[in-house]
Amino acid sequence: MTARPRPAPPEPDADSATFWAALREERIALQRCSACQRLRFPPMGRCPWCATSGGAAEDVPGTGSVYSWIVVHRAFDEAFAADVPYVVATVDLDEGPRLALRLDEPDGVDFGARVRPRFHHHEDWSELRMVLDG
Amino acid sequence: MADRAVAVAGVGYTPFTRSSGRPVLDLAADAAVAACADAGLTLAELDGIASHMVGSDSENCQALATALALPGLRFVLDLNQAGHAPCHLVGLAAAAIATGRAEHVLVFRALNGRSGTKVGSARFPGRGGQYRYPIGYDAYPMYIAMWARRYLHETGQGIEDLGSVAVAHRAYAVRNERAVQRRPLDMAGYLASPMVADPFRAADCTTEVDGACALLVTSLDRARDLARPPAVVASAAYRAGPRPGLDIGDHVLTGDYTRNFTEGLRDELFGRAGLTPGDVDVAALYDCFTSAVLMSLEGLGLADRGGAGELVRSGRLPVNTHGGLLGEGYLHGMNTVAEAVLQVQGRGGDRQAPDHEVAVATSGALMDGSALLLRSDR
Ligand SMILES: [Zn+2]
Repeated sequence: MTARPRPAPPEPDADSATFWAALREERIALQRCSACQRLRFPPMGRCPWCATSGGAAEDVPGTGSVYSWIVVHRAFDEAFAADVPYVVATVDLDEGPRLALRLDEPDGVDFGARVRPRFHHHEDWSELRMVLDG
Repeated sequence: MADRAVAVAGVGYTPFTRSSGRPVLDLAADAAVAACADAGLTLAELDGIASHMVGSDSENCQALATALALPGLRFVLDLNQAGHAPCHLVGLAAAAIATGRAEHVLVFRALNGRSGTKVGSARFPGRGGQYRYPIGYDAYPMYIAMWARRYLHETGQGIEDLGSVAVAHRAYAVRNERAVQRRPLDMAGYLASPMVADPFRAADCTTEVDGACALLVTSLDRARDLARPPAVVASAAYRAGPRPGLDIGDHVLTGDYTRNFTEGLRDELFGRAGLTPGDVDVAALYDCFTSAVLMSLEGLGLADRGGAGELVRSGRLPVNTHGGLLGEGYLHGMNTVAEAVLQVQGRGGDRQAPDHEVAVATSGALMDGSALLLRSDR
């Protein structure tokens, strides 16, 4: 019997290492720009709104609302074949940044639906998902 | 010295197949030879080549120059860019010719896009992929579907509006012997098509192919001496919005999924040509997926916001007379620009638009892309 293929884990870089390490501890750590004060995602060396370098990471609650979503019926990577159908949503965090992530228990998903984080711990990395809130 | 006027003088294709069994360089060379023959130009007169690829799915211009035994090159452009490139390449070739930097530039796209690397599900280099691929958000139909759902919601359109694009394109493809999707499709057939990434069904998605397509760009003066009526390059424009992302699949820094690049470049595109959206007789719009057509019709001002689906159903404006990338095949949009050329030249055969003085072409679907206005030589 062959094991189900596992998704390839993320390959953190110098910018993203903090984000991935925080998920392992069930924290969502995003950088805040020291000049314009915006939180940003994805992690990167300069603020994409004002180009200011740097920005310390801080934890955010991770609540937000659904901007859009898809239901994947055809897996393009064999590792997800057993998961279909599954929902991927773009979620606008209450603190501003938008993330694309898997939505667990998605029945009733709609535009603006409130969501909260749910952490999935894989063998060697942790994934941020969301569930509908309330 | 004033800039010279520029035109597309010819187009060339290989067959579009599921498996070419041939190196990409051979496909590129065949399309180049065909484009030069179409225009009535000898290969040795080429002094420029421009092309694009994703990752390493094609060959550099220098390889094509070698394969074609060209005596030399004055202009070369290898662009690592996806479906937003074809109109941009023609625009840059036109700029080089207009300013005397080249005389005859071949613009091509060649790929074994079906039997080799598939663009739609390829893993793009760049820093954004680490957030998508490990969670199963890993293919282009998913990204565009994410935009499409929000776009339909905000513009008050629905699944039938996507379906109208698929149905209208297929009706053209049936009349195009180059097309790979030639079985008729009606709305019931569209709705029965299997879901891929809801709201997209298989019928919303392009068909990837192996093949090549090339355009021959030269000065208008030179084009007038060649075999075909010139398709004058009236204007070209490129646009990326703010924060276009870390790679071609990264779109979480874009706030509005209901407007694409066409809205940003519209005024520049039409203004430079001295034309308005109302002057457009035929449109050739990049359609990796159905929603891209609707968004571009609205962004270009060819339809009111929320009115693109109705425009497609009305047939008032011929759109993608080749059947689009949906029907003719995914030559990454170079074939869409070639169709605009054929239409302006009046060479559309059974699918020729009745009026064809002005054509608009686009390349790209989301944050960034390019467009061309072509007009007949009056
Ligand atoms: Zn800033």
